[in-house]
Amino acid sequence: MSETPADLKYTKSHEWVRDAGDGTVTMGITDHAQAALGDLVFVEVPEVGRKLAVGDACAVVESVKAASDVYCPVSGEVVEANEGLADAPEKVNDAPYGDGWLVKIRLDDDAGMDALLDPAAYAAILDE
Amino acid sequence: MGDRTPLYDAHVDMGARMVDFGGWDMPVHYGSQIEEHHAVRKDAGMFDVSHMTVVDLYGERVADFLRRLLANDIGKLGEPGKALYSCMLTEDGGVIDDLIVYYLRDDWYRVVVNAATREKDLAWIRRHAETFDVDVKERRELAMIAVQGPNARDKASTCLPEEGREAAMELTPFFAAAAGDLFVARTGYTGEDGWEIILPGDRATELWACLAAAGIRPCGLGARDTLRLEAGMNLYGGDMDETTSPLESGLGWTIAWEPAERAFIGREVLEKQRRDGAGRKLVGLLLEDRGVLRGHQRVLVEGVGKGEVTSGSFSPTLGRSIGLARVPAATADTCTVEIRGRHLAARVVRPPFVRHGKPRV
Repeated sequence: MSETPADLKYTKSHEWVRDAGDGTVTMGITDHAQAALGDLVFVEVPEVGRKLAVGDACAVVESVKAASDVYCPVSGEVVEANEGLADAPEKVNDAPYGDGWLVKIRLDDDAGMDALLDPAAYAAILDE
Repeated sequence: MGDRTPLYDAHVDMGARMVDFGGWDMPVHYGSQIEEHHAVRKDAGMFDVSHMTVVDLYGERVADFLRRLLANDIGKLGEPGKALYSCMLTEDGGVIDDLIVYYLRDDWYRVVVNAATREKDLAWIRRHAETFDVDVKERRELAMIAVQGPNARDKASTCLPEEGREAAMELTPFFAAAAGDLFVARTGYTGEDGWEIILPGDRATELWACLAAAGIRPCGLGARDTLRLEAGMNLYGGDMDETTSPLESGLGWTIAWEPAERAFIGREVLEKQRRDGAGRKLVGLLLEDRGVLRGHQRVLVEGVGKGEVTSGSFSPTLGRSIGLARVPAATADTCTVEIRGRHLAARVVRPPFVRHGKPRV
C-alpha cells in the first residue's frame, strides 16, 4: 500500500504539495507515483526564478525505462529546486515526501491551492 | 488480457509488476529493476522467456534450406548441439528477424525467434521451406527459462535431472545438450555466462521454484533490456528491422561471405553494400552530460550529418547513460544528442559496454 500523508494536498496526476504557511509550498511526486515509475535514474528540476502555471511540465523524472513529466500543481515562481537529486535521484524512491522533494514555489495570489485534493480524495483515486 | 506463459501465476505470486509486452503479460520487474540487473552481473538471475518462439525444422534437406534462409552459415556448425546466431533477411537485405539456430541432427535443427515477429517469421520460414520439403513445427507447448550470471550455472545445476546434468555442466559456450526432457543451451542475452533452458510448459513452474530456492533471483524484462544493451546486443524492432541491413546494424560479423557460391536470401544487396559502403552504421554512445538516452532521439554529427538513437537507457553497471545509434558511416568519435531541446555531448564507442561484469568502455 502506498503512503498518503494527512498533512499534504494532492493532484490527480500524483503530485503532492506541502504548504509552509509563509506563501511558499514544496512539491514532489507521491509514493504511488514513485512506485509505479520504478527505480529513478535521472531527475531534471526547473531553474530558480522560473514562473510556472498550473499544469506546466515543471520537472522530468526518468526511471530506467522511461521519462515522465511532472506537472506543476499550483502557479508561482520557483524559489528553490532540489539540486541534490542530480547525484541521488533514488531519494525520490526512498523518501518521496522527504529528501525526494522536487521544487519550492512562491505562490501567486491566485495560485490554485483550492483546486488540490485532500488526502481522502486522493486515496479514493488510488482505490479506483 | 494478453497471452500468458506457464509461469504467469508464479510471477504474480513473487510480486512481479506485469506489463503488456507484444501481446504477452510479462513481468517487467519484481520490485527493483536495478537490483535485478546487478544480481545478474554479480551473482545469478533468471528470466521467463517463454514468450519466444521455438520452431523445429525437420527434413533430409534442412541444412540446404537453412543455408539459403540465413545470412550466417550453418555449414560452420561442426557437431550436433552447436548453436549459431544469424539474421534472416528479405531479398532486399533488410532484417526480418535475428535468431539462434541449433544443429541437433542432420535432419533436425531448432530455431528460436522473437515473440513480436512470430507470425511473419513463421510465414517466411514456411514459404521457403516448401521448396526443400522441410517440415516446420512450432513448439508452443514449450517454455523457456534463461539463467544468467557468474554463479548461474552452478546454482541451477542442482535443478537439472541427474541424467544429463554432467553433460550440461561440460557445455562450452554456444553448445546445447539434452538433460532428460530439458534442452539446455549455454547461450544468453546478457553478456554473462549462463544457460537458456527449453522445457515442457507443464514442467516450468517446478523448475522456476527450484531455481528460486537455489538462490537465483527472478528478473523482469526491464533488467533483461539494460543487460543486453550493456552487452551491446541488438533488440529487433528498435536497433534493426526490415529497412536496415546487418551491415548498417553492427551485425556484419554475422554474415558468412564464404563460400562465395552460397546464395542466401539478401546476398546480392549485401554484396553491393559491402562494395559501395553502407552509408550508415550502428555505434555505441556514452552520454557525457547528465540525462538519459532514449530511442528516437536525434543525433547530430558536426560536419557529417544526422542520425538517431535506436536504443537508450541508464546503465546500472556504469552509472551513466548508454545507447546504440544509427549514424552516418563517416561519424568519428563524438556527436551530440538532442534531449528535450538541448544538445548533449556523447562519445561514440564500440560495444559492448560491459562484458562478464566488467566495464569495457
